[in-house]
Amino acid sequence: MIETKGLRKSFKSRQGRETKTVEAVRGVDLFVQPGEIFGFLGPNGAGKTTTLRMLATLIEPDDGEATVAGADLRKDPGEVRRRIGYVAQGGTTWDEVSAREELVLHARMYGISKVEAQRRAVRALDAFQLTEYADRKCKTYSGGQRRRVDIALGIIHEPKVLFLDEPTTGLDPQSRAHMWDEIRRLRAEGITIFVTTHYLEEADALCDRMAIMDHGLIVAEGTPAELKREISGDVVTVGLNGSTPKVAELFDTEPYIKKLETVDDGLRLYVDEGATVIPLILRKLDGAGIALGSIELHRPSLDDVFLEKTGRSLRES
Amino acid sequence: MKPFRDTWLIFQRQTLLILRNPVWLIIGVLQPLYFLLLFGPLLKDALPVSNAAEAYRIFVPGLLVMLAMFGAMFTGFGLIAELRAGVIERSRVTPISRIALMLGRALRDVATLLVQALLITLLAIPFGLTVHIGNLLLAFLMLGLIGVMMSAASNALALKLKTEDALAPFMNGLAQPLLLLSGILLPLTGWLATVAKFNPFAWAVDASRALFAGNAGDPKVWQSLLILGVLTVAALMWAGRSFARGVR
Repeated sequence: MIETKGLRKSFKSRQGRETKTVEAVRGVDLFVQPGEIFGFLGPNGAGKTTTLRMLATLIEPDDGEATVAGADLRKDPGEVRRRIGYVAQGGTTWDEVSAREELVLHARMYGISKVEAQRRAVRALDAFQLTEYADRKCKTYSGGQRRRVDIALGIIHEPKVLFLDEPTTGLDPQSRAHMWDEIRRLRAEGITIFVTTHYLEEADALCDRMAIMDHGLIVAEGTPAELKREISGDVVTVGLNGSTPKVAELFDTEPYIKKLETVDDGLRLYVDEGATVIPLILRKLDGAGIALGSIELHRPSLDDVFLEKTGRSLRES
Repeated sequence: MKPFRDTWLIFQRQTLLILRNPVWLIIGVLQPLYFLLLFGPLLKDALPVSNAAEAYRIFVPGLLVMLAMFGAMFTGFGLIAELRAGVIERSRVTPISRIALMLGRALRDVATLLVQALLITLLAIPFGLTVHIGNLLLAFLMLGLIGVMMSAASNALALKLKTEDALAPFMNGLAQPLLLLSGILLPLTGWLATVAKFNPFAWAVDASRALFAGNAGDPKVWQSLLILGVLTVAALMWAGRSFARGVR
């Protein structure tokens, strides 16, 4: 649904008298399948938004090719515009008009007739549970309501692909969960969704596949599970009461242990898949008559993936 | 057809917003009104005229040009607010005609200033202003051109500068000399008159005065319309390109 090859963009920035060229995007290859939610992660300044804005026809790439929803981005941006929706990060509505007025106008900007635009606005208001506030001014809406209007505007012309730039930033946890449901509902309707986010748990919960961008390049791409597996597998922490070195010997020869660390009050066992080896570990301990203090399974989080791929945690970037 | 439909769409929305909150429409008409009431009476003695009515016949046509200049000159501030709200970006991802985004807003400014100009003209009649309807329409056409030109230029600058802090000093720095060198307030003499030859608004003021005096055949009229026409087209092209910003 989206395919890019060697997409590039650099900006000139002036600092004092010197003009510096900043390479924001340095050759991005992406492949997004129809009907999936594709997450796009990266630290601030990684080039995410620049890539997104290029794909949404808002800025022209310096180099590279892209096909978006079957239309050539560089040769036919007008056709791309007809087939995509784009919801910017900071909001898209005007204070002094109502959601209904915004929806009707926006639909008409796509060349849709007035009557049809009004019909679609009614449907969209209903789908996004906005009917109750439909004729109040946008400035009276809550953050979550206003965000729903933004999304409703993005899909009023029934696009094949919807670009969402940090759709949940600034929302409270409840509105965020609500937004995830909306996004999943859009996928169920057959819209391919390309979403940037800062929240790893969001990417994990929401995205079918994702890419991590850093310094203008894609550094990892895959399903959240694949990316996590790529890291180092799971960690099983076994809590013991004393006699740690002896127990460590016990596991030295076991084939399913990739790496073993002794810690103060137990062991850290690095394994491929925790769920399948925990029973084996328990049986082994039981057989040797060792009393178990605790056992914990730690699966690598996307933050671990992020740390490995970009050298920093997303939370600190 | 599409650019016309799209322009109409933007114009409708923008006009709706003005009607919903007409405070700026009123503020816009206050400035020329103050000049009419608080400055006009001084002109009888300052100008080589025999009575107040004659002074108003010279002053009001210039005042209307001032209204057109200033009415549209600061429209860029509204655009910056729209940029910040994300409304412009939202429009730019749709296939709407790029020129329509700008033209719809410029026409809103023209409509606003023509309403204001009509109001000032009507208010000036009791003071002794006289005008032939055909000449008035021609004068309003000229005001409309000034409006489109200033609106387009202001919007193009707003898109370039992007903040009110940058736009405000720029606009003020431009507005004052253009006003003082237009001969609206007092007739220009000496070297100021020479410099004013390069000020398109000085031409517009002369043409406006000629029209209100009933001399539609005065060469200043067609010259002024030509100058303003060319500048308007140039401003439209500049602003249209800014709205498209490198994207077809």
